[in-house]
Amino acid sequence: MNDKKKHHISSYNSHLVVLIALLVLTTITVLITEINFGTFSVGVALAVAMIKGGLVLTYFMHLKYDEMVFRIMVLLILLLFAIVVGITFIDYFLR
Amino acid sequence: MESSEATNQKTYLQHKPYKGILNWLLSTDHKRIGLLYLYSIMAFFLIAAIFGLLMRIEKIAPGETIMGPQTYNGIFTLHGIIMIFIIVIPGLAAVFGNFFLPLLIGARDVAFPRLNLFSWYIYIAGTILAIASQFVGGGAPDTGWTFYVPYSAESSTSVIWALTAAFVLGFSSILTGLNFIVTIHRLRAPGMTWFKMPLFPWSIYATAWIQVLATPIIGITLLMVIAERTLNIGFFDPALGGDPVLFQHLFWIYSHPAVYIMILPAMGVVTEIFPTFSQKPVFGYTAIALSSIAIAAVGYFVWGHHMFTSGISYWSRWFFSFLTFIVAVPSAIKVFNWVSTMYGGSIDMKPPLLYAISFIFLFMIGGLSGLALGALATNVHLHDTSFVVAHFHYIVFGGMGFGFFAGLHYWYPKMYGRMYNVRLANIAWGILFLGFNLLYFPLFVIGLQGMPRRYFDYFPEYHTGHLLSTIGAFILIAGIVLMLYNLFYHVKRGEKASANPWKGVTLEWKVASPPPHENFDEIPVVTEQPYTFKSTESDS
Amino acid sequence: MSHDMRDDIGSKMGMWIFIFTELFLFGGLFLVYAVFRAKYSADFHVAAEELNVFVGTMNTVILLVSSATVAMSITAIQRGNKKLAMRFIIATVLLAGVFMVNKYFEWGHKFEYQLYPGSEVMKNMEHGEILFFSLYYMMTGLHALHVIVGVVLLAVVFFRVKQGVVNSDNYVFLENSGLYWHLVDFIWIFLFPLLYLVT
Repeated sequence: MNDKKKHHISSYNSHLVVLIALLVLTTITVLITEINFGTFSVGVALAVAMIKGGLVLTYFMHLKYDEMVFRIMVLLILLLFAIVVGITFIDYFLR
Repeated sequence: MESSEATNQKTYLQHKPYKGILNWLLSTDHKRIGLLYLYSIMAFFLIAAIFGLLMRIEKIAPGETIMGPQTYNGIFTLHGIIMIFIIVIPGLAAVFGNFFLPLLIGARDVAFPRLNLFSWYIYIAGTILAIASQFVGGGAPDTGWTFYVPYSAESSTSVIWALTAAFVLGFSSILTGLNFIVTIHRLRAPGMTWFKMPLFPWSIYATAWIQVLATPIIGITLLMVIAERTLNIGFFDPALGGDPVLFQHLFWIYSHPAVYIMILPAMGVVTEIFPTFSQKPVFGYTAIALSSIAIAAVGYFVWGHHMFTSGISYWSRWFFSFLTFIVAVPSAIKVFNWVSTMYGGSIDMKPPLLYAISFIFLFMIGGLSGLALGALATNVHLHDTSFVVAHFHYIVFGGMGFGFFAGLHYWYPKMYGRMYNVRLANIAWGILFLGFNLLYFPLFVIGLQGMPRRYFDYFPEYHTGHLLSTIGAFILIAGIVLMLYNLFYHVKRGEKASANPWKGVTLEWKVASPPPHENFDEIPVVTEQPYTFKSTESDS
Repeated sequence: MSHDMRDDIGSKMGMWIFIFTELFLFGGLFLVYAVFRAKYSADFHVAAEELNVFVGTMNTVILLVSSATVAMSITAIQRGNKKLAMRFIIATVLLAGVFMVNKYFEWGHKFEYQLYPGSEVMKNMEHGEILFFSLYYMMTGLHALHVIVGVVLLAVVFFRVKQGVVNSDNYVFLENSGLYWHLVDFIWIFLFPLLYLVT
């Protein structure tokens, strides 16, 4: 099955922009740890990590421009992982 | 074996680009690989079955009969490891998925044929490691196939070899699943939309996702136990702050979905058999297709029902029990659809259908007993008793095993171009069925009466049940031997089979028996719904 | 088997599915981390002070940049710029090398202080601290193994590009290697804050 449609080519620039965003977010996450969020620290760190991970998935790994089947698969497996962790904590948090 | 009819291609067995056995060891043909798996699995099945027989001989009477407790523990451990990781998890998908998935979707092979052959080699490496564990180091592992900590971290036997074997076998499972997912997405024949695809491929698809997503979890868990044994990392060691129940969580997060890896392809096989031998379309095609996906999905959320007595939280137990009852629903939907498929059909009681019908019977007993285990109050009494042993043998052996035998008898003429002796097959079935029930049903009873599992000895009050069970084991083995003899004998000597001896309507019956090397001369274009039976179906 | 119909999407799908298996492999470790972090949050905080945030941040930056370079190598090959593609791949591999050197010194430094599973020092620490270090070694160790695999993959693809086997009409092997490398980066994106930035 040779695909006749032209593949999207990401420009060097777009990669650079994404990299800068990732570096900025990294800086933020390091600085933020100086501030103590208490029990929310994990949440904040994870939130930033998720944004960074999302950028890597969407742009570097080209999910934004590839066929939808890939986006669906990635979303579903991330969801599955989250659910499994959540169910495990029904045990650990409520013992 | 004649050349394929109306084609210039040789059959896949005649196609021999290499010398001798290399045609088996180097071929990336999915059909040959399917047979490689078939023969490996049959060989290991017999080994593990003999281990099971040895266990039953030991338990024919109270007290030591032929072995001591340490040996017994080693025997049931390896029986479990071989049966679970080497036979039942790979089994149906690796044999019939490999052989028939491409044929059923109108493809020439799977998406990654070389990876497919590599998967088999990894599988064999895993089996060698498993067997080696019996002879090296501290001797045969005695932890049970479930490797529970703390014992698996402390036992002086060759646990690491067994853990590594399971890890390697898991890798094979993952690569096979990966191959099948891409195959189904990308290689369906023109016109074969998802909902024009037959139901065995649907079951393989659902299975493949479980293989791919659940197996890594046990992979890492096995590594953790190895690290526990060698480096004292402490994840599961209370002395270092760890939690042994965490091991159980991780173990069952894989091993519960694993049982759906075992059963879904078997359900897929019988779903192919019922319409053929009723000469009637499958009742509720969409329901069966989607119920496979539902079982795979919901099956991820029930693992804690193996842990009700381990000390998990109340809400956890509530949640897992509830989900366990839910996951039974899609299976029940399938049973309803299979029976409805037969209703009003033109029934031809050949061996495949015999096995398929007994599959329903045995699977239901196993499944219903699972509900007794899934209910919290009864679980307390039944956990770790023979009741559990009976339950899973009914489901796994009665389910997957009989499903496998059904597939063997269904697709045998296609694979070999020969027919076995139908009467002998039916007799073998009868002996098998009788032996099976005599072997396992008493275990329900004595389990209810309190007989623990994995015990090599027992109180005299359980003697009758064990005696009946052991007799059943011998009858069962006799049935299996007869069944296999029938099949082996006729591979080269059976009557030649036509392309479509059962009057099936799926794509594998449109090619010659045995199939040509490249399956089809021209890739078919699919226009009809699957399972369309015309009133006069002429045999090609 | 006729290979007249190459299926790049299928090939990519195969790599994505393999990536899913890797995510779940590490996922098991993340689950263990989550359980013990919840149980021993104070101990985790104390233990994490032994980790060098600067080195960890440097390694994070290195991997992020390396992800960008491998992504750019794909752009280069798509545009037919073979030399540039090769340079970007080399850059990626070199960055990976620096990462591994950093890791070597990080671990070595800890071994010097007897901070490893089973040591006398470790035995005298709090439970949560012991588990933190076990997780640290297992997670970064497994990750480092994957870095090595990634480097090997990139080395192979480098030579394929050099030979012209991988080119502007046939670059799925580079894409797939890039995907694998991004996975390595993706995992580290989560490892870094969870191990180094435990406040």
